[in-house]
Amino acid sequence: MIAIAIVRTKDLLAVVMLTGIYGLLSASFFVVLDAVDVAFTEASVGAGISGLLMLAAITMTGRTEAPKRHKPLLALLVVLITGGMLIYGTLDMPYFGSFDAPVHQHVAPRYINDSMQEVGVPNIVTSVLASYRAFDTLGEVAVIFTAGIGVLSLLALPQRRKPYLVDESGKEQMYKQHIVLRVISKALIPIILLFALYVQFHGDFGPGGGFQAGVIFAAAIILYAMLFGLDNAKRVFSLSLFQLLAAIGLLLYASVGVVSLFNGGNFLDYNVLADDPIAGQHLGILLIELGVGCTVASVMIIIFFNFAGRREAQQNGEER
Amino acid sequence: MLAHLPILQVIVPLMAAPLCWFLDRSKLVWLFALLVCGFSCLTSIALLQQVMSSGTIIYQLGGWDAPWGIEYRIDELNALLLLIISTIGTIVLFAAQTSLQKELPKERHTLFYSLYLLSLTGMFGIVATGDVFNVFVFLEISSLSGYALIALGKDRRALWAAYQYLIMGTIGATFILIGIGLLYQMTGTLNMDDLANRLAEVNQTRTVFAAFAFLIVGVCLKLALFPLHLWLPNAYAYAPSIVTAFLAATATKVAVYLLIRFTYTVFGIELSFSILPLQNLFIVLGLVGIFAASTAAIYKTNVKHIFAYSSIAQVGYMIIGYAINTSTGLMATLLHLFNHALMKSALFLALGAVMYRIGSVQLSQFQGLGRQMPLTMAAIVIGGLSLIGVPLTVGFISKWYLLLATIEAGMWPVAVLVLLGSLLAVLYIWRIVETAYFKPPLPGREPVKEAPWTFLAPIWILVLANIYFGIDTRLSVQVAQAASQSLFGINP
Repeated sequence: MIAIAIVRTKDLLAVVMLTGIYGLLSASFFVVLDAVDVAFTEASVGAGISGLLMLAAITMTGRTEAPKRHKPLLALLVVLITGGMLIYGTLDMPYFGSFDAPVHQHVAPRYINDSMQEVGVPNIVTSVLASYRAFDTLGEVAVIFTAGIGVLSLLALPQRRKPYLVDESGKEQMYKQHIVLRVISKALIPIILLFALYVQFHGDFGPGGGFQAGVIFAAAIILYAMLFGLDNAKRVFSLSLFQLLAAIGLLLYASVGVVSLFNGGNFLDYNVLADDPIAGQHLGILLIELGVGCTVASVMIIIFFNFAGRREAQQNGEER
Repeated sequence: MLAHLPILQVIVPLMAAPLCWFLDRSKLVWLFALLVCGFSCLTSIALLQQVMSSGTIIYQLGGWDAPWGIEYRIDELNALLLLIISTIGTIVLFAAQTSLQKELPKERHTLFYSLYLLSLTGMFGIVATGDVFNVFVFLEISSLSGYALIALGKDRRALWAAYQYLIMGTIGATFILIGIGLLYQMTGTLNMDDLANRLAEVNQTRTVFAAFAFLIVGVCLKLALFPLHLWLPNAYAYAPSIVTAFLAATATKVAVYLLIRFTYTVFGIELSFSILPLQNLFIVLGLVGIFAASTAAIYKTNVKHIFAYSSIAQVGYMIIGYAINTSTGLMATLLHLFNHALMKSALFLALGAVMYRIGSVQLSQFQGLGRQMPLTMAAIVIGGLSLIGVPLTVGFISKWYLLLATIEAGMWPVAVLVLLGSLLAVLYIWRIVETAYFKPPLPGREPVKEAPWTFLAPIWILVLANIYFGIDTRLSVQVAQAASQSLFGINP
C-alpha cells in the first residue's frame, strides 16, 4: 500500500515521509521473521538516514515531480514479466520455516552450533559477518567508501578562497522559528550519539554493529547540521576530517587483515592476532567493527555536507 | 608471501585507494597509483605462471574452510582475466596524468585515481573469488566507481550517460542478487564449487530455472549484449578518454567472464545448454548485435561513438564463440577477450591523444590529422585493421579460431555471417582513414602537433602487442586453450 502511495504521490516531501514509513514497516517485517539485525539496519538506514539524505536532495530540486511526458508501457511489461518470473520461481521453493530446507541443512548448522567455540561471540550474525565472511564485509565497506568518493568527485565545490559575506540575520530568523525542535534536539542528540556508541561496541552480544552504529552516529550529526545550520556544524567537524576518517576506517579494516598475514595466518584470520584464538577473534571483530563504523558514519556525513553545501552556495549565489 | 598472492592481487589496490587521499598531490598520486598497478601486474603474471605449472590455486580467507568462509579459487581462466585487467590498467594509467590535465580540474585528480584503483579492485575481486555473494559485493565496487568515473567527463552529457548506466547497471546487479538469493535458497551454500555439486540434485526445479534466468539477464545487462546495450555508447563517448580506454578494455570482459563462470562452472554445461534453448538464442542475438551495432557505427559522427558501437559488435563475436559450446568456440571467445582488450585500449588511448591535442573527437575534426599526428593516426589504422581481422594482427587470430569453431560445429551460415560482419568493420574504419589521410586540414586551424610521448609510449606498446600476439600466438593460444579445456574438463 505504502509503495503504491509512493509511486502515485506527486509531492516529493510526502514521498520521503512515506518512504520512511515503508522502511519502518519492512523493519518490523524483518523482526517478525526473526532477523533482528537486518531489521535494525533497515530501521536505521531505510527509515532514518535515507530519508534525511532525500530531504537534502529535495531542497535542491524543488518539491513537486515534473509531469510525465510518456506512458511507460514497455517498462510496465518488463516489470510484469519480472514479477511473474519471481512468482513462478517461488512455486517450487521449500516451504517457509520448513526444517529440512537446504538453507538449514548445509552451511548454517556449523554457524549455529560451533560459532560460540570458534569465534566466541554470542551474536551469530556478527560472527558470520565479521569473521566467517569478513571479506564480504570488507567489500561492503569499500562499496560505501566508493559511494563517498563518487559523491565527492561529482558534487564537491572548488575550495573557497574567502568566506562568503552573507547576511546572517535572515538565516538566524529562519532557525529561530524552529525553537521547539532546537530545544528538543539539543537534549536528544547526545543521547543518540551515546546510543550509537552502545550499538557499536555491543554488536558482539546483541543486534548491532558498525554499520548501524555508523548510520545512527551520522544521523545525529546531520540532525544537528539541519537545525543549527551547516556552517555551525562544519565549525565542529570539518569536511576534511571526515574524509580522513572515511579513509582511515577502510584502512583499519584492511590492515587487520594484513597484520594477520604477517602473523602467519591467511588474510583476515583473526586467530593469529593474539595468543589465544578466541581473544584474537574478539580483538579482530572489535577493530573491524570500529573501521566499519568510522567509514559508514563519515561517508554519510560527507554525502550530506556536500548536498547541503551545494544548496547554500546556490542560495548565496542568488542573493548576490 | 607467495602463497598469499591471490589476496594481494585484490587488497593492494583496495588499500591504495584510501591512501591516495593522504598524498593529495596530483603527480605524486599518479606515480603511486602507477606503482600499485605495476605491482598488481607482476602479481597476476606470477599467478598465471603458478597456475600453468601447478594447477588451480585455492586460498581460504580468514582461514575458514570453503563453504563456511569465502575462498579464492584461481584457475587458468581467472589468471588470464587478471592478467588482461592488470596489464591494460597499468598501461592506460601511464597516459592518465597527461590526459587528465586537459580533461579534469586539478583538485579532482586525487579522487580520480582513487576511483580508478577501486574500479580495478572491484574487477580483480570479481574475477578472483570463488564465492557468488563475494562476486556481487565486488561487482558493486567496480560498478559504483565506474559510474563515478564516467560522470567525471568534461561534457555535461557525461552526467546523463552515467545516470543511464547507473539505472541499467543497478537493475543488472539486482537481478544478479535475486539469482544468487534463489540459488542460496535451493542449496544453502554460496561457494561456486559447492553450488555446482549441490545444484545437480535440484536442477529440475523452477526456482533454479528462475535463478538461472535472473543471473543470465543481469550479467547480459552488464555485458551490453545486443538488446541490452543502450547504456554503453553514451557512457563510453562522454567519459574521460582514460576511463573509456580502461573500461572498454576491461569492464565488458569481466561480464563475459561472469557469464562463462556461471554457466560452465556453477550451473554446468548440461543445465545451461541442453535444458534451456540458450545456444540458439545467444547465437542469434550475437549476430544481430554484430550487424546492428556495426551499421550504427558506420553512421556515427563522433569517433568515440563509432568505436563504442564497434565494442558492442565485438561482444557479439564473443557471445557466438561462447554459444557454440565447444572447446574451440570457448577458446575463440577467450582469445577474443584478450585480443579485443588490446585493440580497444590502443584505439581509445589514441583517441585520448587526439582529444588532448584538438579537444574533440568529432570525425570532421580529423581532417588532415594523418599528416599532423602521423604516429597517433598510424596507431588508429593498425588498431582498426586488427578490429577488422586482417592477418598479422590479433584480430585475425581470434576470428580465425571463431571460424574454425563454427565450421567444426557445422554452422556454415554463422561462419558466413561472421565474415560479412567483418566487412562492415572495414566500412567504419575506412571512414576514419579517409578523413584523416585524404582530406585537407581544416582551414583556419593551427597546425596540430604530434601527441606527447607519455601518450605515444603506451599507445605503441599496445599497438605492437597487437602485432606481436598476431604473429607469435603461443602464449595467448596456450592459455586460452588450457582455460577452455579445463572448463570442459571439470564438467564433462
